[in-house]
Amino acid sequence: MSRLGNLGARLYRGEVGYDFVAKRRFWYAVSILITITAIVGLAVRGLNMGIEFKGGAVFTTPKAEVSVSQAQEVAEEASGHLAIVQELGTGGMRIQVSELDTAQADRVQTELAEEFGVDREKINAELVGPSWGEQIANKAWTGLGVFMILVVIYLAIAFEWRMAIAALIALIHDITITVGVYALVGLEVTPGTVIGLLTILGYSLYDTVVVFDSLKESSKDITKQTRWTYSDVANRSINSTLVRSINTTVVALLPVAGLLFIGGGVLGAGMLNDISLSLFVGLAAGAYSSIFIATPLVADLKEREPQMKALKKRVLAKRAAAAAKGETDDGSGPDPDDDGVETDDAAPAAAGAVVGQRRGRGRPSGRSR
Amino acid sequence: MAAPNRGRRPTGSQGKPGRALALILIAMVALTGGMFWAGQLTPRLGIDLAGGTTITLEAKNQPGAPNAINETNMNTAVGIIERRVNGLGVSEAEVQTQGDSNIIVNIPKGTNSQQAREQVGTTAQLYFRPVLTVAAGAPNQEQPAPSPSPSASESGKPADGDKATDKPEAGAPSPSATTQGRAVTEGLKAPAATPSPSGSGEPEASESPAPSDTPAPDPSADPATAALQKKFAELDCSDDKVRGTLGDNVKPADTTVACGMNSADQWEKYILGPAEVDGKDVDDAKGELDQQRGLWKVTMEFTDSGAKKFSTITSRLSQQQPPMNQFAIVLDGEVVSAPQVNQTLSASAEITGDFTQESAQNLGNILSYGALPLTFEEQSVTTVTAALGGEQLQAGLIAGAIGLALVIVYLVVYYRGLSLIAILSLLASAILTYTLMALLGPAIGFALNLPAVCGAIVAIGITADSFIVYFERIRDEIREGRTLRPAVERAWPRARRTILVSDFVSFLSAVVLFVVTVGKVQGFAFTLGLTTLLDVVVVFFFTKPLMTILARTKFFASGHKWSGLDPKRLGAKPPLRRSRRVSVPTDPKEA
Repeated sequence: MSRLGNLGARLYRGEVGYDFVAKRRFWYAVSILITITAIVGLAVRGLNMGIEFKGGAVFTTPKAEVSVSQAQEVAEEASGHLAIVQELGTGGMRIQVSELDTAQADRVQTELAEEFGVDREKINAELVGPSWGEQIANKAWTGLGVFMILVVIYLAIAFEWRMAIAALIALIHDITITVGVYALVGLEVTPGTVIGLLTILGYSLYDTVVVFDSLKESSKDITKQTRWTYSDVANRSINSTLVRSINTTVVALLPVAGLLFIGGGVLGAGMLNDISLSLFVGLAAGAYSSIFIATPLVADLKEREPQMKALKKRVLAKRAAAAAKGETDDGSGPDPDDDGVETDDAAPAAAGAVVGQRRGRGRPSGRSR
Repeated sequence: MAAPNRGRRPTGSQGKPGRALALILIAMVALTGGMFWAGQLTPRLGIDLAGGTTITLEAKNQPGAPNAINETNMNTAVGIIERRVNGLGVSEAEVQTQGDSNIIVNIPKGTNSQQAREQVGTTAQLYFRPVLTVAAGAPNQEQPAPSPSPSASESGKPADGDKATDKPEAGAPSPSATTQGRAVTEGLKAPAATPSPSGSGEPEASESPAPSDTPAPDPSADPATAALQKKFAELDCSDDKVRGTLGDNVKPADTTVACGMNSADQWEKYILGPAEVDGKDVDDAKGELDQQRGLWKVTMEFTDSGAKKFSTITSRLSQQQPPMNQFAIVLDGEVVSAPQVNQTLSASAEITGDFTQESAQNLGNILSYGALPLTFEEQSVTTVTAALGGEQLQAGLIAGAIGLALVIVYLVVYYRGLSLIAILSLLASAILTYTLMALLGPAIGFALNLPAVCGAIVAIGITADSFIVYFERIRDEIREGRTLRPAVERAWPRARRTILVSDFVSFLSAVVLFVVTVGKVQGFAFTLGLTTLLDVVVVFFFTKPLMTILARTKFFASGHKWSGLDPKRLGAKPPLRRSRRVSVPTDPKEA
């Protein structure tokens, strides 16, 4: 069995438990830091908008005995604008000229055809007006808004409003990070990028929903027991779905990586590549946020409920009592802490003092679900 | 569905996995059969893969008509562009609206994309204007063809004075009726069998309110006219660039100059009066073969208001001397035809002349569909050669294959024997997706474009996730100490709910993407939505039943170490039953 498989078993038995919820402040801080970096990056560097936003043309030529610099020279001479030329895996070239009008584009195409010694019809021309990308982006924003509203309504019905809010925040978080990465790395933003970004929405929530589903199930009747606080249960939900989350993310990233590799390797920049690139960044952010942000947020929101507060009090009291008796229900190195709360030896008591006590590990009982 | 009780007896459909499997296999066979039957073995390829031209037009607000961009007008425009593009002999061109103000025109490879683009992108407005003067197309040049009305071209004066014209030609719309240029070749009259209610058979001058003057104010009077004269004199119709700009900024009420090609393919220039009838007034027009006379003609039907206007203009023009007894059909500033008027006409009319089938049908198209309710601007034009499209498709397929292979390797390494189920399910999903895509081509015009390929590849992840959720659940149950068969049944209701909930979110995002986005993005969204739906179908009717059946085999049930379900390796707790914790799984809610 692979190590990951063992990890799954150990996670399941609670032998290994990563205390995502108790350490949530750390992860919030990390996320806030990343988000601020993203926003600063966006403000300072801005996004490198593709020609779809500036207007211009992309010519894709077949293979020919022409160097990149020659092609660039021809394109710039014919258009009077700066041209970006890339060589493609196929031997052809992708020549991008911004701020071009139809007549100029025709001229560039003709001259390129002459220079390359090919039929004019063999050169692909993609000509876009300056407001084209903007229109797509506007629609993307509309889509984003509509989707967010629908999803919040759906999650509020299928789960509860706290989960809906948490999912929404995680979603915004993912988008900010993805856009931030684009700003910081200076990647070109094209309609393909926008599509990728919109797809992330589905993916990001997909992961979150799976965790929430598990959480909803295991937090049922939570008030009828006194062993675990809501945060504990939330943390366990993350852990128990962790293997699935990892597997799913890996499995989703593999085809996207294939797209990215093939798209970039063979065809140069293009829609294939743009979509897969933003998917790649967004998927990673989405997996991260569903584990480190969305679920801890739900726990935070839930712990504000009077019922949950009361539960926590009871749980803590019980644990304190148990600790006072010197009792450990755990075979793994009893280590009652100074505040009398049962903690794992690896978990600092300070973190656990507020909320979200971590269970002792290897608890033999109470593991059935 | 209730979680199966601890007895071995599975309930409901779970007891009949064979039936569900048979169902989906039949569906697959039927779809594949349908594919062969329809002769549609491959999905229809989009322009970006098959090669061709995609033109995106955006409607522009015109001054004075701020609310012109609305659904009705957009749909009218689409209809006009579509019929015109296809009317011009472009096969399988697609025209559709995108969003509020865009029209996408897809023109497959093999058609003259340059020509189509001109037809589509620039064709905007159609007017009927009275002809004031006609001359040969070059500036200050003698008329090439001997003409019975030389004076018209000499001075270029749109004048009442130019009465040197000679041929009243009142009754006979004969093709040989000669003044000059294109006008000579065409005459206008009522259809032979007159469907028109008002007197169209006769030159009923009485109907006309003012058959006397040119509609324009006396041209010689003001400086604007002088400028026009000058412009006319200098106009060189043989210059493309000059012609291209002629129609710009000309208001319907202006007197203007224009160029037109006559039937001998020579350019002529015109001075035209204010527009009196516009394209919207034409209800229908088509090029037809006149069976009796064996020649091509163009018939027109006018709307009610159009009929009134038309009767006004024809009754007046029919009284005029050539060349002023003609009106010009002006499309985007270019004269496409300038027939003479021989009689007052009303609701319907026909243009006869030296038409070929093509020219008659072209003119019919232009007349019927000439008047776009909006003006459009080209937003993007993409031409893709089939070669590049093929390369992109190939790259996409390779990427998909690599992605799929990686996923399979991962699943095999991680899930061992279980991966067999996963791979078969992916295969089932792939077959369903492919056959549906192929069948949806003719059915709803689905075309596989590059983003759609991308969507399909991305969907591999979504499909695989469903198995992962289910497998993990089964393994959890085995860790609980259950044997495989109950584990498979117990895991299902919870896995099912998770799969439905998360697929719903995925589907929702696909639907939103599909509804709000423009152009190519829709292909992506459509594929994503389709595969998400298929994922649900495959998991319910294929993966789950297959799992149930395989759970009965010794290999899986005994927890063979290669089965991926070895209890020992999964860390199952040997003493099985224990009291359930707080979260007793109750009936899972259907999501």
